[in-house]
Amino acid sequence: MHIDLTDQYQHKESLIHHLDPRVKVVVTLFFILVVGLVRHGSWIAFGALFLGVLGYAAASKLGMFYAVRRSFIAIPFLLAAAPLPFIIPGPALISFPALNLTISEPGTIRFVSIMLRTFIAVQAGILLAATTPFPDLVWAMCSLRIPRPLVAVIAFMYRYIFVLADEVIRLMRARAARSPEIPGKGKPSLLWRGRVTGSMVGSLFLRSLDRSERVYGAMASRGYDGEMRTYSTFQMRGVDWISLIVFSLLILGSLSLMFLR
Amino acid sequence: MLFSPTPLHIPDGFLSIGVSIVGWILAVVFIGIALRQTKDQLGERQVPLMGVIAAFIFAAQAINFPVAAGTSGHLLGGTLAAIVLGPWAGTLVMTAVISVQALLFQDGGLLAMGWNILNMGVITTFTGYAVYMLVIRFLGSTTRSRLIGGFVGAWLSVIVSAMAAAIELAISGTSPLYLGLPAMAGVHAIIGLGEAIITVGAIGLLQASRPEVLTTGETAPGKRTATFTLVGLLVALGVAAFSPLASAHPDGLEFIAELQGFLGLAQAPSYELMPDYTLPFLSDPVLTTILAVAVGTLIVFGLAWLIARSSAQRGTVRD
Repeated sequence: MHIDLTDQYQHKESLIHHLDPRVKVVVTLFFILVVGLVRHGSWIAFGALFLGVLGYAAASKLGMFYAVRRSFIAIPFLLAAAPLPFIIPGPALISFPALNLTISEPGTIRFVSIMLRTFIAVQAGILLAATTPFPDLVWAMCSLRIPRPLVAVIAFMYRYIFVLADEVIRLMRARAARSPEIPGKGKPSLLWRGRVTGSMVGSLFLRSLDRSERVYGAMASRGYDGEMRTYSTFQMRGVDWISLIVFSLLILGSLSLMFLR
Repeated sequence: MLFSPTPLHIPDGFLSIGVSIVGWILAVVFIGIALRQTKDQLGERQVPLMGVIAAFIFAAQAINFPVAAGTSGHLLGGTLAAIVLGPWAGTLVMTAVISVQALLFQDGGLLAMGWNILNMGVITTFTGYAVYMLVIRFLGSTTRSRLIGGFVGAWLSVIVSAMAAAIELAISGTSPLYLGLPAMAGVHAIIGLGEAIITVGAIGLLQASRPEVLTTGETAPGKRTATFTLVGLLVALGVAAFSPLASAHPDGLEFIAELQGFLGLAQAPSYELMPDYTLPFLSDPVLTTILAVAVGTLIVFGLAWLIARSSAQRGTVRD
């Protein structure tokens, strides 16, 4: 499974794109918290939360299934929960007497619930990144009282990811260009290949270190005093408050569905 | 450009809410200390240096080498960051990397991020750094001892971090400890070799071209506190692993209910009025125990921190 390094923000003219980023961050975190609180096997609540994600994606004009298509990133991790149906005791759903294995009902319910939680929570994260430009997210983190130096480091990192990714692409191209397969000769040892990779990491580190010195010098000469300043600010408008309240109520409503049976 | 996520980024949904919150509390404590320590270490260079180095770790994770059968070895970077910057700056750099991966690429969950920061940002950096410094202390500050220390440190850091993740999953009732721990440790003993080889390659290059970079890391703050912090955290995790929470039966509550024979009773009509738990935060015995473990963890960590502080102040060389 791979993620591709392009900006995840998708610009559209929608109500959700224009909301205060703090509202979106708080609603997303609250949503993921609630997804975690839903009891195992409360299919109605899971269904309601999933419909919520679909609706949110549709409302942000990204297309209803925008997040669904991108939400398979967590699949390799499902292996960790895969033994659950076999080891949790309970009434058997299917049993394989020959292998001495039983798939129990409570185990399956738990496994499917974990799958659904991950599936729904990942989509909420995808939609947050797709509807909010990263600098706005950074601003929201600052204004939600996350320590400023940490936020500044994150903002800086984001700015240089793409620059250093270019360096990496050049390094890998250079390695590929110098590593032809010679007929009749075996491949070099794994250890050797690993050491070459290590040297590439080392030289990338030195380049990054030099770059950070230059960046610091440039900033210091322009009056940098250790404090980060930003231009963008948001004010909570009426529509932001209303959205915050409506989204929270919808999420709480979905949570309360788990008490229905 | 393609990045392959490591199986150490825990997505949301795999950790229970109680466990996630404990992770966030611990992560906040560590980030707070790291911010203070790096401010003392780097001053106003803190932001530009660590921002660019965080971008470096992120980009370096993409440099891979083919191993076999379509798999490839690549870097996680915690140990390397700690060796060149010191453990606290390494922690902060890794925190930034993990935050961006979770926020932007959904590589690791947002609620699970507390533990992801601890596993990949704190445990890897401190394990790697402690082992590296230990080897240097016994073998002297030579190229060979740095390479050996880097190799063992990087390898162990990945394994310890994977074991920590296995314990967290077990406490959450997602993966039983008796299966998860050997599986995670085993897989990462192999993945860790890639990490170790790349780290050694990088140290070798730095040693040959800019050896002073390596000495900066060795004199960074946290030299003395590293071992104490690590031991405190590992003891706490060990206690949690062997507490009844992480028993072979993922849900302690359901297991006890079955033992006492009232699972049948629970499925009687009364079940409809009283679901598994009504107030998720108060009436769940598993959660209360987790909170107890959390408090214990914080106390152990606090003690380790105090001991480290006082021993650092008594020593002639202050770190």
